[in-house]
Amino acid sequence: MTALHVNALCKSFGGLRVTANVNLAVEPGERRLIIGPNGAGKTTLFNLITGEITPDSGSINLFGQDITHAPSRHRPHLGMARTYQIITLFGRDTILRNVSLALLGLSPLRWNPFINIDRRPELVDQAREALAHVGLEAIAERPLSQTSYGERRRVEIAMALAQKPKILLLDEPYAGLSIDERRDVQQLLRKIPRDVSIVMIEHNMDVALDFAEKISVLHFGEVIVEGTRAEVVNDPRTKEVYLGH
Amino acid sequence: MSLRSPRFAALAISILLLLTLPAWVGNPYYINIASQILFWAVVALALNVLVGYAGLVSLGHAGLFGMAGYTAGLLLQAGHGHLVADIAAIVATLLTSAIFAILSLRSTGIGFLMITLALGQILWGIAYRWASLTNGDNGVNITTRPEFLGINLANASAFYYATLVVFGLAVISMAVFVRSPFGASVRGTRDQARRMNALGYNVWLIRFMAFLISGFWTGVAGLLFVYYNQFISPQVMALQTSAEVLLMVISGGTGTLLGPVVGAAIVVIMKNVVSAYIERWNLVLGVIFVAIISFMPEGLVPGTARLWRYGWHRLTSRKPSAGDKPGDRAQ
Repeated sequence: MTALHVNALCKSFGGLRVTANVNLAVEPGERRLIIGPNGAGKTTLFNLITGEITPDSGSINLFGQDITHAPSRHRPHLGMARTYQIITLFGRDTILRNVSLALLGLSPLRWNPFINIDRRPELVDQAREALAHVGLEAIAERPLSQTSYGERRRVEIAMALAQKPKILLLDEPYAGLSIDERRDVQQLLRKIPRDVSIVMIEHNMDVALDFAEKISVLHFGEVIVEGTRAEVVNDPRTKEVYLGH
Repeated sequence: MSLRSPRFAALAISILLLLTLPAWVGNPYYINIASQILFWAVVALALNVLVGYAGLVSLGHAGLFGMAGYTAGLLLQAGHGHLVADIAAIVATLLTSAIFAILSLRSTGIGFLMITLALGQILWGIAYRWASLTNGDNGVNITTRPEFLGINLANASAFYYATLVVFGLAVISMAVFVRSPFGASVRGTRDQARRMNALGYNVWLIRFMAFLISGFWTGVAGLLFVYYNQFISPQVMALQTSAEVLLMVISGGTGTLLGPVVGAAIVVIMKNVVSAYIERWNLVLGVIFVAIISFMPEGLVPGTARLWRYGWHRLTSRKPSAGDKPGDRAQ
């Protein structure tokens, strides 16, 4: 069974076709890279898959289940997690609380107005565990406002991983990072176990190439090339998109 | 909080002062003012759930407040008992809150504010113009206060203690709410609604529940108000009341437990005490608000805490630091 199956997906904003008949089949455990120049419709595709915007036509299946019209808040409960290109975190809270909120999102405890959130080991311990995965355990209590950009990227990833997703959507996880920070994130992503499928967006081809088994090239909302790393890199259409004529 | 911490000491002293207030104040006039501060503080705490924690600024709470007062007043006037009238008042306020929430939560920010304002004005209009039901501008009189655990609440001290019990319950429930997972969810929808949705939270339903909690305590305070005055008229449902409560919350400090209480104390004292000496007390109140917003934009309670820490820091270390950022303590 495919982990994620996107079928003939279309979306237009007014006269602008941002997603044009996109087909995508991601196998369980696969590492898929979606590349394309700025404005190719990569983030829109993610927003369609996560349900933040509704497609005009086409369908999305998650492990055989049709989720095209499922509200976006249901999708994390079905095993889908995402990170944002523009970091979207809770700036007034600590790193630990940010991750606890990710855990709480999937727990019925989130409706409980009576218990003390800091005294729930299932939240605090699991949050620390997720932070240990990304190497931030030592500064878990630090307010988010006192962290660096690279640390925040890792908090984003920790929050997604804390939800124990079956499919993880990473929207430009290397954007804005220094070379060292990039290496850290690369190692971190390599450690993610194979029972998680990963789809990563990147517009800079060199950064993410060695991560992926299969690559889709998006251009003006269309998948113009799809295949293994070698196939895509050597395809003349890829060169055309990235280098021009 | 450890038993020896200054916060615990401050809390213990406050509780002691509140418990013994009728003894050291003596004059029933001032005991009554203390009761007023306490039930307005309950409304301010209730509004703070929306303004401070959910990030939703409502200007319609006077309508909810009056809904409770009018329901109880009219039922008592019709000859029903206190228990029936009070329960009906709370149920009616919750239902009204639910309707308010369904209509206003289609939006946030200015849109939310305008819809709550309009809904509050509709309730005011009903109280004012539907005279066959509400007795219009003449208002509704009630003849008796209830008995509470066999104690008659007719005198000032007894009513003060009943109000103090309700106030205490409201503060405790807020303190528990703030630390709870649901409290964290509500604050999350204030700070990053989109992210909360992507994490699996039902943002709309969280805001709806927060509105009901806010409506519940507003209704409870409305009951205390109608029993305190033994009278209710459309005047209390006017926009002025909503604005005053909002000013209590903002001047004291949004998103804090103590802030709305301090704000309520300032407004009630200005209205009752200062107005005896200065005819244009509204002007004085305005000047105070402008001063608070200018020098402590985060509100009196977080602002004082900031100054305190800054002063403490300068005392304990020779090198002055840049100080703390505003709003650090606000949850």
